[in-house]
Amino acid sequence: MFDLDRWQEIYHVLRKNKLRTFLTAFGVFWGIFMLVVMMGSGEGLRNGISQNFGDMATNSVFIWAQQTSVPYKGFTRGRRFDYENADVRALSEAIPEIKYLAPRTNVGGYNGSSNVIRGLKSGAFQIFGDYPVFDSIDPVNLLQGRFINELDVKEKRKVVVIGQRVKELLFEKDENPINKYIQINGVYFNVVGLFSSKRTGEAASYDNQRLHMPFTTCQKTFNMGDAIGFFNITSKNGIPVAVVEEKAIRVLKKRHAVAPSDDAAIGHFNLEVEYKKMVGLFFGIRVLVWIVGIGTLLAGVIGVSNIMLVVVKERTKEIGIQRALGATPRIIISQIMTESVVLTTFSGYFGLTLGVGLLELINYLLEKSGADTEMFLHPGINFNVAIIALAILVVAGAIAGLVPARKAVSVKPIDALRYE
Amino acid sequence: MINISNIHKTYVTGNNKLHVLKGINLRVEAGEMISVMGASGSGKSTLLNILGILDNHDHGEYILNGIRIENLNERKAAQLRNKYLGFVFQSFNLVSFKNAMENVALPLYYQSVKRKKRNAIAMEFLERMGLSEWAQHLPNELSGGQKQRIAIARALIAKPKVILADEPTGALDSVTSQEVMDILTDINKKENITMLIVTHEHDIAKRTQKTIRITDGMITETVIN
Ligand SMILES: Nc1ncnc2c1ncn2[C@@H]1O[C@H](COP(=O)(O)OP(=O)(O)OP(=O)(O)O)[C@@H](O)[C@H]1O
Ligand SMILES: [Mg+2]
Repeated sequence: MFDLDRWQEIYHVLRKNKLRTFLTAFGVFWGIFMLVVMMGSGEGLRNGISQNFGDMATNSVFIWAQQTSVPYKGFTRGRRFDYENADVRALSEAIPEIKYLAPRTNVGGYNGSSNVIRGLKSGAFQIFGDYPVFDSIDPVNLLQGRFINELDVKEKRKVVVIGQRVKELLFEKDENPINKYIQINGVYFNVVGLFSSKRTGEAASYDNQRLHMPFTTCQKTFNMGDAIGFFNITSKNGIPVAVVEEKAIRVLKKRHAVAPSDDAAIGHFNLEVEYKKMVGLFFGIRVLVWIVGIGTLLAGVIGVSNIMLVVVKERTKEIGIQRALGATPRIIISQIMTESVVLTTFSGYFGLTLGVGLLELINYLLEKSGADTEMFLHPGINFNVAIIALAILVVAGAIAGLVPARKAVSVKPIDALRYE
Repeated sequence: MINISNIHKTYVTGNNKLHVLKGINLRVEAGEMISVMGASGSGKSTLLNILGILDNHDHGEYILNGIRIENLNERKAAQLRNKYLGFVFQSFNLVSFKNAMENVALPLYYQSVKRKKRNAIAMEFLERMGLSEWAQHLPNELSGGQKQRIAIARALIAKPKVILADEPTGALDSVTSQEVMDILTDINKKENITMLIVTHEHDIAKRTQKTIRITDGMITETVIN
């Protein structure tokens, strides 16, 4: 197997047909290169999109109130309404499939006017009134302190959990924000926690400009009365959130005198459906990449088979000599298959290396430029996939060599010897 | 050593059938050196190829060193060729990208002899042919006589029982031809290797013990030289 003569022969054969060997090798090289680059890009796209989800429970639905579009029970169309605290209990009781139910309120926005002040520093941030359960639906990384707890909600404490960016803008660099006071819309709140987003990219910077206070505190302090901004609901494991979504909408319609046929009155967004679409899309991309990649690779391998056929034909007489001297079919076949495997594996390995190299380069450039890569992150291929691709190549090379090799031994030795 | 009886061979090309060997009977004892003569197209090479298990016969019986040669698979045939037979061709048939030493060593390569060992043995045989200083040369750097001596060394290295030579001097001038014949007769005498040599030249045939003449696919004459 590792006899030098074997490699000498391979070297000689491949070198003798330099251009043809090169073109063939290039076919395989290109096939695997394309496969790697396409798979890596697909992965980058997937990473880019998934970063927008963080650790958020994907089986969740958001429900908020809009304007009615159908007159009902004596109300005209175009009526505005709010959800209220009593809805929370009603929903929980009516829908056993609910796992977490988080009502939320919000004040201000990060692109509005400054609403948070500390001494001379101030900023415009998104302020939410939340229940502790929110942290189970869309978790954050707690860096210091704690999240809102039940007692905060019950006692309507003026406490707040702040995002990393908020801290950066309101506090000194190495100042501890815990137990410090900040002013939100003129009211003082005690900072009890500091968090960072679990997402990356733009989604993260958005998250890090949030403040969370107890739901009840928010309602009371900012005179919202009983009003709820929106619900964030997740379903129990194994139950599609669409079930919860539909039931919740029915319950809410009934409670707020919305016509059953009024589809515009209640706004809702089903994250699970979006997530599934995304997963389906990525599956589709992956399938496509494999089809195209394997197709290209197959073309390359057929090229290898082709050149081996030519080589075998050109060497007919020489193979005849070898057989006259006692080379068994096994020796001849394994020699030709080795040539084919060497050719495919070498060029495939180059394709693999260069493909991975290109992905690394893109990765490096993306990171260095600090570009806002909302759609694309860490392109790369799984190590196992690379190994599988290489294994496929070796097998493909063997198969590519098999046909010519069999052809070489199918003729009688004398006919091979006489071949001009 | 070789015993054939009633060997027939017909070539079929398209619709044409050519009956080349029409019942050949021949017995060659171990250590005999025989020459085969005959007109062009009479079937000399065909006979030699059948004896060399490079081609198969249609009818008749062929026994080589006590082994019946019939319906062998290619693996077995290759092993028999490697073990019992050595070939010398008119056109030398050296492998172009292997140097003289590697060419000589080739039959041992197929016996899986380690490279170092088989090359050492090949050097011994090259020395016997007086070609040691050409060991590292490729065939295209050698003269016809040198090439044929390398081919003979290659035919000898696996210590065969029979050497089959199809016009071994056909491409050589008369002086070189005699030198090659010197080597062959020397080997025949010293190593007691059986030899069949196809030739068109009488002075080559004369140097063998026995000459058989093939005419139109049959042995028509046997002459003791
Ligand atoms: N593979 C083949 N297919 C068809 N016909 C063949 C084949 N090989 C040889 N023949 C024919 O068989 C006949 C005998 O050929 P062979 O080579 O045995 O002759 P030969 O006696 O060696 O002649 P030469 O002295 O010219 O070498 C010739 O007519 C040749 O054309
Ligand atoms: Mg002939």
